[in-house]
Amino acid sequence: MPVSNSEIIKNRAVVADDWTVLRLSEGDTADSVTIPAGKVILPLAVWQARRTELQGRTPLGVWLNSDAQADAIKDDLEQFEVIGINFPIFTDGRGYSIAFNLRTRYGYAGELRAIGDVLRDQLFYMQRVGFNAFAVRADKNIHDALKGLTDFSEKYQASWDEKTPLFRRVQRQPVTQD
Amino acid sequence: MYRYDQYDHQIVKERVAQYRDQVRRRLSNELAEDEFRILRLQNGLYMQRHAYMLRIAVPYGLLSAPQVRKFAHIARKYDRGYGHFTTRQNIQFNWIKLEESPDILAELATVEMHAIQTSGNCIRNITSDELAGVAADEVIDPRPYAEILREWSTFHPEFAYLPRKFKIAINGSEEDRAATAVHDIGLAMARNPAGDIGFRVMVGGGMGRTPIIGSVIREFLPWQHALTYLEAILRVYNQHGRRDNIYKARIKILVKAIGAEEFARQVEAEWIDIKDGPGTLTVEELQRVAQYFTAPAYETLPATDTGFETRKAEDKAFANWIKRNVKAHKVAGYAAVILSLKKTGVPPGDLTADQLDFVADLSERYSFGEVRVTHEQNLVLADVKQSELFALWQEAKAQGLATPNIGLLTDIICCPGGDFCSLANAKSIPIAQAIAEKFDNIDFQHDIGDIELNISGCINACGHHHIGNIGILGVDKDGAEWYQVSIGGAQGNNTSIGKIIGPSFSAHQMPAVIERLLDVYVKQRTEDERFIDTVQRIGVAPFKEFVYATPILLDQPHGEDACV
Repeated sequence: MPVSNSEIIKNRAVVADDWTVLRLSEGDTADSVTIPAGKVILPLAVWQARRTELQGRTPLGVWLNSDAQADAIKDDLEQFEVIGINFPIFTDGRGYSIAFNLRTRYGYAGELRAIGDVLRDQLFYMQRVGFNAFAVRADKNIHDALKGLTDFSEKYQASWDEKTPLFRRVQRQPVTQD
Repeated sequence: MYRYDQYDHQIVKERVAQYRDQVRRRLSNELAEDEFRILRLQNGLYMQRHAYMLRIAVPYGLLSAPQVRKFAHIARKYDRGYGHFTTRQNIQFNWIKLEESPDILAELATVEMHAIQTSGNCIRNITSDELAGVAADEVIDPRPYAEILREWSTFHPEFAYLPRKFKIAINGSEEDRAATAVHDIGLAMARNPAGDIGFRVMVGGGMGRTPIIGSVIREFLPWQHALTYLEAILRVYNQHGRRDNIYKARIKILVKAIGAEEFARQVEAEWIDIKDGPGTLTVEELQRVAQYFTAPAYETLPATDTGFETRKAEDKAFANWIKRNVKAHKVAGYAAVILSLKKTGVPPGDLTADQLDFVADLSERYSFGEVRVTHEQNLVLADVKQSELFALWQEAKAQGLATPNIGLLTDIICCPGGDFCSLANAKSIPIAQAIAEKFDNIDFQHDIGDIELNISGCINACGHHHIGNIGILGVDKDGAEWYQVSIGGAQGNNTSIGKIIGPSFSAHQMPAVIERLLDVYVKQRTEDERFIDTVQRIGVAPFKEFVYATPILLDQPHGEDACV
C-alpha cells in the first residue's frame, strides 16, 4: 500500500502537508473507526456513515476510491476543504473521469488531491483533468515528480485546465515545407 | 496529406524529450520495469520474444515518400533491414534496442511521424479506408475527420488509462473498407435526408477472445458533435468498463452486459453536459484540416487509355494484375494500384529497406509521392495514370511487389505470430507460407476468386481470423501448436464472424485442410458465386463433413504428424 509523504505538490510547488489521510485498516468499519483530531481526509464510506456526527466539523476532507462516482458527494461539496481521489494503482484511470466530473459538472473549486499510487509520469494528465494537489508516492522523489507537470506546453483537446481546444484557441497555419 | 504545423511539431518534439528522459530513468533504475512498461507501451515499444519491437503510427494509413524512406533508413540503421506493416495500418520493427528507441523517435519527428499511442490502454491509431479520397464509391472523404480524431485522441488526459486498448475506425464509402463493425467505435460517414454530413456510430465491436459485431447507438450524429459524443462514450467506458479481468475489459463486454440501448442512454446522459460546448467542431477547423486533403494536380484524361487497353488485351499477366490489383478511381484516366506484400516466400506485410526505398521512388514517379497502407497489409499507390500502369507494373514486378493476388487465396492477412510475438500460442507466418506455396498457381487462384484467408497466432486476433472467409487461429494444446479453423467470416458491409468447423489441426495438415475446403466450394458453387456466398448458402456442415471425413494424408509426411 502506498504511504504518504509529509510533503505534497500543491499548485505546482512542493509544500508541507498537515492533513492526515484516514484509511480503514482490516477490522475497522466506517461506523466504528476512530476519527483522529485535526485536519483529516476521510474515506467516503466514513463520511456517508457518520454524516450527522461530522456535520459542521471544519476543516474536513474526504477521499473517493476509483470505483466511486463524482455524484456520490455532489450535494456535500461545500463541506470539504480537500477532496482526495485514490489511485489504487497508477494504471487505474477512473480517477481522471471522477476529477473531471467533480470540476466541470459539479463545479468543485477547492483542493483536489491525487492520493495513492501517484507517480511523476501521470501528473501532467492529472492536472489537466482538475487535480491541483498530488500526494506523490513516498518512495519517489517529489521534487523530481514536480517536473512531470511541465512535460508539454501545448495540448490539442480541451479539459479542465484548458477550457478551449487548440482549434478554437489559436490560428493554425501550415508551416513552410522544407 | 496532412502536414504538421508548429503545434504538431511542438507536441511531438516534447514527446520525444519526455520519452528520452523516461528511458534514462529506466536505465538508471529510477523507474521500475512495471512503471516503465506502461510508458513505453504508449510509445509503441513492446518487449517481444527476442527483442524490443517498435510500432510506429501511420495515421489512417497515409504516408509520404520521405516518410517511407525514413522507414528504410530505420530498418537499416536500427533493425535488421526490414519492417512489417500491420492490420492497424501501422509499421513495426522487430529488432530494436531500448537505448536507441529515443533516437528513432527523434528521427521520425523530422518527417512528422511518431509512435504515440500505438499500444497501451488508450485510444489507438485511427484507421480508415485506404482508398479514401479516390474511391469511385466514396460518399464523403473521411480523412479530415480521421485527422481531427487523431489530434483529439493524442494525449487525451482523461483517456490514457482506460480499462483496455481502444480502437476507432472511420469509413466514408459505400463499401466498408475499414472493418468498422469490429472496432470499439466504428464511424460510417453518411448524409441525412437534408444532405448534412454525419456519422452512423457503432460501438462495441471487436475480435479477440469474444468476437462481437458493433451495435449502432446513433443512426446519425452531425459531424460537429464528433468529439463531444466520442468523449461521452469514452467517459462511460472509462468509469464502467471492467477492470477486474483483462479478458472482459473491452468496451464490447460492457455494451453486451448492459445492452446497446442502455449504453446509448448513458452516453446521451453524459453528453448533455458537453454537447454544444467548446469541443464542438467548427466549420473553420474542418476547413483547416480539409485543405490538406485536396485533390492532387490531376490531368484531364480520357476515361480509357487506348495504349493501356491494348496492353491489357495482349498481355495476360498484365491483365491478371489489372483485374486483381488495380481499383477504380473517381477521376477519369486514373486508377488506384495495390502493391502486393504477399509474394510467396515472404512473410505477409514485410518489406525490406530496399523495397521501402523503391516504393518511395515509385510513388514519386507515378502517384504524387503518396503511399497508403491497407489493413490487409498491402500498400496502395492511389493516383496512377492508366497510361502508366504498364510501366509501373513492370517495375513493381521486378521488385516482387506485383503478385496479382489481391483479394485472392494467397493475399493472406497474418500476424507476426510465434516467430516474434510473445503473446502468440503458435506460429502463423510458416502456416501462411505453406499455404501460399501449395496454392502458388495464379490461374488456380483466379479460378477460386475472391476469398479472404486470415491467420492469427493467438486469441488476440491481430490477424483478424474471425472475419476471414477462412480463419485460422493458432492454439496451444499441452505445449504443442495447433490450428483451429473457422469459415464464413467476412469483413465489409456484411461483416460476420466465422464459425469453427471442428477439432484443430497440426501445422503440417493446414495446406491440405484448405485444399479440402476449396474442393467443397468448387463442387458446390454456382456460377459467379464467391466462397463466402457458398458458405452462407449451404452452411458449415458440408465443409466440416468433408474436411474430417478421412485422415489427412500429407504430400510430404512429417514423422508422427503425418496423419490424423
